[in-house]
Amino acid sequence: MNTHYPIKQVMDKEGRIVDSSYESLINEQLVKDLYYHMYRIRTFDRKAISLQRQGRLGTYAPFEGQEAAQVGSAMALQPADWMFPTYRDHGAKLTFGADMAGTFLYWNGRVEGCVPPEGRNIFPPAVPIATQLPHAAGAAWAERRKGTKNASIAYFGDGATSEGDFHEGMNFASVFKAPVVFFNQNNRYAISVPIEKQMNSETIAQKAVAYGMPGVRIDGNDCLIVYFEVMKALEEARKGQGPTLIEAVTWRTGAHTTADDPTKYRPADQGKDIVDPLLRMERFMKNNGYWDEAWVQETAERITAEIEKAVEDMESYPTPNVEDLFDYVFAEMPAQLAEQKQSYLTHLRGNQ
Amino acid sequence: MARIISMADAINEAMKLAMRKDENVILMGEDVAGGAEVDHLQDEDAWGGVLGVTKGLVQEFGRDRILDTPIAEAGYMGAAMAAASTGLRPIAELMFNDFIGSCLDEVLNQGAKFRYMFGGKAQVPVTVRTMHGAGFRAAAQHSQSLYALFTSVPGLKVVVPSTPYDAKGLLLAAIEDNDPVIFFEDKTLYNVTGEVPEEYYTIPLGKADIKREGSDVTIIGIGKQVNTALEAAEKLASQGIEAEVVDPRSLSPLDENTLLASVEKTNRLVIVDEANPRCNVATDIAALVADKGFDFLDAPIKRVTAPHTPVPFSPPLEDIYLPTPEKVIEAVNEMIGETPSVGAYA
Repeated sequence: MNTHYPIKQVMDKEGRIVDSSYESLINEQLVKDLYYHMYRIRTFDRKAISLQRQGRLGTYAPFEGQEAAQVGSAMALQPADWMFPTYRDHGAKLTFGADMAGTFLYWNGRVEGCVPPEGRNIFPPAVPIATQLPHAAGAAWAERRKGTKNASIAYFGDGATSEGDFHEGMNFASVFKAPVVFFNQNNRYAISVPIEKQMNSETIAQKAVAYGMPGVRIDGNDCLIVYFEVMKALEEARKGQGPTLIEAVTWRTGAHTTADDPTKYRPADQGKDIVDPLLRMERFMKNNGYWDEAWVQETAERITAEIEKAVEDMESYPTPNVEDLFDYVFAEMPAQLAEQKQSYLTHLRGNQ
Repeated sequence: MARIISMADAINEAMKLAMRKDENVILMGEDVAGGAEVDHLQDEDAWGGVLGVTKGLVQEFGRDRILDTPIAEAGYMGAAMAAASTGLRPIAELMFNDFIGSCLDEVLNQGAKFRYMFGGKAQVPVTVRTMHGAGFRAAAQHSQSLYALFTSVPGLKVVVPSTPYDAKGLLLAAIEDNDPVIFFEDKTLYNVTGEVPEEYYTIPLGKADIKREGSDVTIIGIGKQVNTALEAAEKLASQGIEAEVVDPRSLSPLDENTLLASVEKTNRLVIVDEANPRCNVATDIAALVADKGFDFLDAPIKRVTAPHTPVPFSPPLEDIYLPTPEKVIEAVNEMIGETPSVGAYA
């Protein structure tokens, strides 16, 4: 099956173009935009881990190593498309337009962190596994029924392909030709369980055959191939050709979350052969004359300032209102819940 | 010989003892071996689950008996139910009780009904171990306490221990039991320590335990809310009110007699349950006492629960969401204030 689903690349590990058919699509602006977002979300990710270690942020799920997959896929979307991320896809969310201070607030347990900016369709990150696949299928099907050209993208990991929801979401989308891209980031581990122990299939892409949809296997650390293949799948979807399964082969550099230690379940030398996606993009830019030291410097400073500001905004955010606990449970608050709210407020005032 | 160990270690020890005693006991679930699947770690100390509760099991019992399953709750839960009906005695670990949504049919429609639908010919000696409880900053989909859902299903037994000693004895009883038992472990209690004997012992399912004797009010707590009740009782004692704290330990079957006898003695009842208030165990026990113990009561029954909202992710909101000793004391004071006494009319 590996031979049926070879890993597609635009660039090799040294950043050299290996498939010239994409060459005409590459331009300086695109390359700089992709690099900018990868650098931005990596800096965010590292900042989030450091805030968690200092007790300034809750448990956090890092995505370092998966920046090319997240940025390339999110950049291929149109503004009115639907995004269904998981807890590890905050990089994709930020690239698509989620608010950065809001993203920090999410990890501090604030409901404000789940609210997408006006005009962006981003579902709250799915924390249970694979539940977002049927959602993506349903939203895409609804857009088709409404007669729009909007599509949806579902983010999920290798572990999610074991769930029943994976099968049901894929089948539904295929049967109803829903315009959805099933974007799999195969980072090779479901918490501590390596992919060989999760499935007997050699690839995830081959699972598409069973649903009668195209399956594509790509180098998830090559931001350009991710961007072009997701774009192509979205275009097919918009034309009414139905869903595509894309397997982006990547690597989770760090832990599952800040609550575990990957050295306890991964061989020390595993992943050593992987070239960091940002370094690959840097090599590609240098090889092709897109690397501009002054621009890189200026970009880094701008992003650092943006992140510092977002942290400041998160930390100066007013403490949550007790009302938040009650106000979003129903459209109209039932009398019993209103009573409970009142009694909480009274109880808390009594304690002050 | 008893030693002081944590609840997590007591649960771990119970599984080891059960597996040493009976070859048919196996464990399956997500990350239960935890790293032992990695070749270079095979003989080393793998982490054993997201909170380390199953640590050391795969080293002792091997991969044939400790299965790291794919992330497929319906798959392994269904497999466990049917494996149990062939004679194995599986422990199926559902990492968080909130994930029951992904495999509810296998538990409530399948495992719970096999014995009944086979006219008694089949049995399902499975133990589903699962984490529950708020206070861990784990948000709305990883913090619920769903024991009432299972308590309402005929064919299932439900256990919610509050101490390391009870956890070990109840888990061994659950594994020995010939019906499916849902065993709830509060994730915030794993590090709580207590005296636990080294040897194999069981605590019968359906037997409540009086954690503190008292004469003025009965406080029934579920799971870690037993500790909330005990803290409240200590503070009430300084006010001159002696509370009796009762831990049902098993919700199905429920030890009605012990609960009713305590209310008969104290004439007042507060139930502390961190689940949402509608159709929860506090409500069920309140109905039981209203039905069978109405004449014992000197005041209306009070329930201290979470509000009818999801568990908030925000730490300050989660802290106020849960029952606290202060809320229990408020409830007790309210009912004692309401109780007519001779002096009140003087």
